[in-house]
Amino acid sequence: MANDHIDITVEPGEVHALLGENGAGKSTLMNQLYGLLQPDEGEILVDGEKKVFRSPRDAIAAGIGMVHQHFMLVPVFTVAENIALGAEEVRGGPLGFLDRRRNRRDVLETSKKYGLPVDPDALIENLPVGAQQRVEIVKALTRDVDLLILDEPTAVLTPQETDELLAVMRSLAESGKSIVFITHKLREVKAIADRITVIRRGRTVGTATPDTSEDELAALMVGRDVSLEVAKGPAEPGREVLKISGLIVEDDRGVRAVDAVDLTVRAGEVLGIAGVQGNGQTELVEAIMGLRPVRAGTIELEDDSLIGRSTKQVLRSGVGYVPEDRSLDGVVKDFSVAENLVLDMYDREPYGSAFRLNPKAIAVNAAERVEQFDIRVSSPQSAVGTLSGGNQQKVVVAREMSRPLRLFIASQPTRGVDVGSIEFIHKQIIHERDNGTAVLVVSSELDEVVGLADRIAVMYRGRVLAVVSPDTPREEIGLLMAGITGTQEAEDDQ
Amino acid sequence: MTTETAPPAKKEEEEKRESFFSLFLQNLWSANTVTVTILSIFLALVIGAVLIVVSDSQVLSYFSYFTSRPSDALNASWDLISQAYGDLFKGAIFDPAAVQAWFDGTGTWQAAFGPISETLTYAAPLVFTGLSVAIAFRGGLFNIGGQGQAVIGCITGGVVGFAVGLPVGLHLLVALIAGFLGGALWGFLPGLLKARTGAHEVITTIMLNYIATLFLSWLILQNGVRDPERTDAISKTIESSAQLPALPSPLRVHLGIVLAVVATAVVAWLLNKSPFGFELRAVGVNPPAAKTAGMSVAKTYTLLMVIAGGLAGLGGAVQVLGTADKLTAQVAGNIGFDGLLVALLGRNKPWGTLLAAILYGALRAGGNLMQVDAGVSLELVTVLQALIVIFIAAPALVKAIFQLRAARSARLGATMAKGW
Amino acid sequence: MSTATVEDLTEITAPKSFWNRQRRLGAALVIIGLIAAVVFGSLAESKTARFTLSEDAEGAALSINGQFGAILFGIVTIAAGGALLAGVAKRWQTWLLGLGIVTFVLSFLCWQVAGKFLPLVDTASGSLELALPLILGALAGVLCERSGVVNVAIEGQFLMGAFGAALVGTLATSVWAGLVSAVVGGVIIAAMLAWLAIRFLVDQVVVGIVLNLFALGVTGFLYERLMQPDALKYNSPPRLPEWRIPGLADIPVVGPVLFDTNLLVWLALILVFVIHFALRRTRWGLRTRAVGEHPTAADTVGIRVRGLRYMNVLLGGVVAGIGGAYFTLVSTSAFNKNMTAGAGFIALAALIFGRWTPFGALGAALFFGFAQKLANYLSAVGSPVPNQFLNMLPYIATIIAVAGLVGRVRAPAADGVPYVKS
Repeated sequence: MANDHIDITVEPGEVHALLGENGAGKSTLMNQLYGLLQPDEGEILVDGEKKVFRSPRDAIAAGIGMVHQHFMLVPVFTVAENIALGAEEVRGGPLGFLDRRRNRRDVLETSKKYGLPVDPDALIENLPVGAQQRVEIVKALTRDVDLLILDEPTAVLTPQETDELLAVMRSLAESGKSIVFITHKLREVKAIADRITVIRRGRTVGTATPDTSEDELAALMVGRDVSLEVAKGPAEPGREVLKISGLIVEDDRGVRAVDAVDLTVRAGEVLGIAGVQGNGQTELVEAIMGLRPVRAGTIELEDDSLIGRSTKQVLRSGVGYVPEDRSLDGVVKDFSVAENLVLDMYDREPYGSAFRLNPKAIAVNAAERVEQFDIRVSSPQSAVGTLSGGNQQKVVVAREMSRPLRLFIASQPTRGVDVGSIEFIHKQIIHERDNGTAVLVVSSELDEVVGLADRIAVMYRGRVLAVVSPDTPREEIGLLMAGITGTQEAEDDQ
Repeated sequence: MTTETAPPAKKEEEEKRESFFSLFLQNLWSANTVTVTILSIFLALVIGAVLIVVSDSQVLSYFSYFTSRPSDALNASWDLISQAYGDLFKGAIFDPAAVQAWFDGTGTWQAAFGPISETLTYAAPLVFTGLSVAIAFRGGLFNIGGQGQAVIGCITGGVVGFAVGLPVGLHLLVALIAGFLGGALWGFLPGLLKARTGAHEVITTIMLNYIATLFLSWLILQNGVRDPERTDAISKTIESSAQLPALPSPLRVHLGIVLAVVATAVVAWLLNKSPFGFELRAVGVNPPAAKTAGMSVAKTYTLLMVIAGGLAGLGGAVQVLGTADKLTAQVAGNIGFDGLLVALLGRNKPWGTLLAAILYGALRAGGNLMQVDAGVSLELVTVLQALIVIFIAAPALVKAIFQLRAARSARLGATMAKGW
Repeated sequence: MSTATVEDLTEITAPKSFWNRQRRLGAALVIIGLIAAVVFGSLAESKTARFTLSEDAEGAALSINGQFGAILFGIVTIAAGGALLAGVAKRWQTWLLGLGIVTFVLSFLCWQVAGKFLPLVDTASGSLELALPLILGALAGVLCERSGVVNVAIEGQFLMGAFGAALVGTLATSVWAGLVSAVVGGVIIAAMLAWLAIRFLVDQVVVGIVLNLFALGVTGFLYERLMQPDALKYNSPPRLPEWRIPGLADIPVVGPVLFDTNLLVWLALILVFVIHFALRRTRWGLRTRAVGEHPTAADTVGIRVRGLRYMNVLLGGVVAGIGGAYFTLVSTSAFNKNMTAGAGFIALAALIFGRWTPFGALGAALFFGFAQKLANYLSAVGSPVPNQFLNMLPYIATIIAVAGLVGRVRAPAADGVPYVKS
């Protein structure tokens, strides 16, 4: 059950923040409000009138608009086509010829009225995410919404773009529209919300005002007093394990995603990579793992070059890898926990050889790892897909830490993971560091990077703008994440 | 949590209220795959019966005065259907009369075992083409190319069979290997294209089917292949040293069915007990995760299609070396496409595929008798085969059809209870 | 590291491969051009090849020495390939590729026709007629697949259409009744496809393949039970009349091909225009494309995804059913078992080769029709080139297209993916 008797009221002209952890049920709630999912019980009142939303059509008709976390835009359509879709201006009666001039004019009018610049003739697939988000907002506004739901809108934005978005939200609220702002970021909530509803595990756990302190909000959100800090001793950096220089990597569209990056990770230290998602972190890690071809530059693991090595060879040379998209890249959901725990070792002794598998050794290994990593599962033979996100992630971490490592790479190690598992995984990462492994952590959660890392490299548009100490003021790191280097001397990474 | 503790008493009460029949049905539903398979076959036979009746002008004429004397139409329909399906059974499994004759000493054991022999003869190549589709499917590839691979297997196996002179035993072995390699080549092409360029294997294998068929129809006209004694498009006869040993005539069943069982065991082992099977299953359900774990998706796809193609090629070779003896344009029949149905019916599991192939072989064998004896065309078997798979592929549909009946009786009960 | 060094490093340029797509195409053209000039040229007899502007050997003709023509056109092919290799501007690419392929075909024709004649009108109208079911089948595919439902059941729709037209056309002794029941036949298969694929989420390729077998079985069964015993009563449909438009039909070559023909030719050509326009310029088209590319996005703006898919698959059934009528009302005048013989799959090939667009499908269908017609011609004149290999052309061309060797073909993003609300 995702939601259990939630009550929420939104007043006209207010920005109402819906605060909760990943998986707390925020998106489920809003999808019900938007007619994408049907609630089992309870009711929705709009202007005091009871409504049943069987589909988004009903929600739109009732004046509700939504900007989804994953944009609902057709990539091969133009901006104007996307905005017109579903509410097309047509001529010719039942034949329904598109009136493209009027559609285009509507877009420009709305865009001008709310100060949201969009190019009606641009193709969506060519637009950066910030612009795509503006298109989504304009799309909702052309439909004359009274209530606009924004689902995790800042996840893909730089701090500066976030500020612009917050300003837009403010002005929309002032023009009388109600806004529901779904997020798990405390700072943004405090900056913009008029009222805050906190939900946890599908239940409303409290309402708050922006005056509430961050610590209180965090406690409400996760249900107990949490330390955002990660307990760890000072690092004892040793030899250089990973050395990257002049690395150039392209993304799937052939656009340069990693642009002349130099990085070094030493044994016994955690290098954190901070940055808004989509600034080349993914491609950087994939290039190291042999999952993506390198255009130029070098990647060295101690004295071996990793360029041109297959993923299997990279893994075999003592690299552990936790991919950012767990359900896509990390686990095979139809496979059992035991099988997933040997997913990259099934053809090595003792689990198997070139021609046969050893089910007994695989089972023994599974029992050990489940115990050691506190994986909550009824049996190691049950499919990984039946586990919670946190336990799935523990399976991945357990697998990757269960062999001697020189380098451990974790991308977004705690995305979509419950708080208990987060703490556990963080502890394991620090433990691995203290064993003398070089650790590279990539995360778009600045808190996580600051908490784990001994040094922080900030990436922006494929470049490492600076490598700074975790004691650097957050504002400074935030500016770097937005690509503003300022005048101050960046710390040298050597 | 709270909902778990309260209701057992209530549940019991509900169970008591449900009739024995619906409880029985519910138990059937829970054993779903077997039940759905049986119900699918049943539904297909029902629709087939309707087709038999509506296409018989004699019976249709009885229906014209159905309201005045329904017994004529119903009796005629029943006679027609029971004769057709009776023949289907007699032709596929055993004919009680023939068995009786054997015991009496008036008939031969060959006649008694004839139907089974026919069933297994038809089933043998289908096992191979079915396994081909099934193993590819487990690796996430949809091999529509079984037909083309089987055709090439027919060609390579057949050509070795009549054009190369080798000692007994070795000749057969070489011809079978040639069949495997021919099919493997025809599978390798789409596999390689998929791995290297991402070309969708459904499209490429469909196209390769027709290329193979056209190639065969060209080849059998060429000098050296074509039988010089004959005027029609037919090849020389496979030498007896390359033919699969069979039981004495008139029984046709040959070593192919034994090879088919061996192949099933090998495929089952490969899928479940070997590292390659682990890889292909992982690639089959989640290619990105497999890639991230260091498996080579491209290599797996290519190797998988080589194996799948080889299996279908073996099916073609078994067809040619076991029953056909010669290459003709139609030598492969429909075994590739039927293999697709067989794999679907067998739910892409090796032993399931074997059973499904035997069922389809039985339908085919029985269909022959039905055509000769009851005058119901063999095409009905194609309809039955297609319908069975349609129902198998849409289990929700089968359940809906049968629940509809259960639901209706329940509603009837409810209205009667209300007693308006 | 300071930001200054980052700026310097961006000057590093990644090495680009010399063998880009254009150069690969150019090299391919040079090779086939060489084959044309050398092989065709040396094999061709030094006799006149006559391309008559009529349906037979009579009348005006374009004549060329076969050997000379084979070599000349081969050289032009080489030149077009050379231009691509040399790296001409991108906008010339398509034209040069087209020129290269056309001259290669001409070189081949010069070789084959040397000492003989090829009636152009007969070739053109024959190609168009053979292309006719392919056009309609591919358009049916466009309608289905642009809204996200894969249609490999075109073959089955053809068969049901052909069967329906023959049966009802005969019973009602009306060609129009036949045409209507062809539509019904196509729609029956389409409805089963839509129902199983959209409602029951069965894999669309599986459904398509199985429906083909189903149609093959049902029509074959009823043929043997009804039509074969009494062909006169059940299987002698009237034929679709040919209409001649006075004036226009007198234009040389084009006139007899386009304006002295049957209704289906016009219908097919009009449908190409209509579907092309409707997909791009109407609300239905915009929504269809949205549903085929990103159904969730369409759902969130209130479009009924499944409803639209149902509608388009059924419309596809109408068009494919008309395509089926071709087999019994135009090309022959009786139904026969499995008479479509894989035409549905060539139509599928035309759909893919034509990149899921109406005009692309038209072009591909005409090309495939021409290849078939040429194959018939060659076997009629006893050419050493086996007609089976020419008949392979559609399939080989499609494999080359999907392998991305000549431009990438991209299916609608959600093609074949059933829509389930999460």
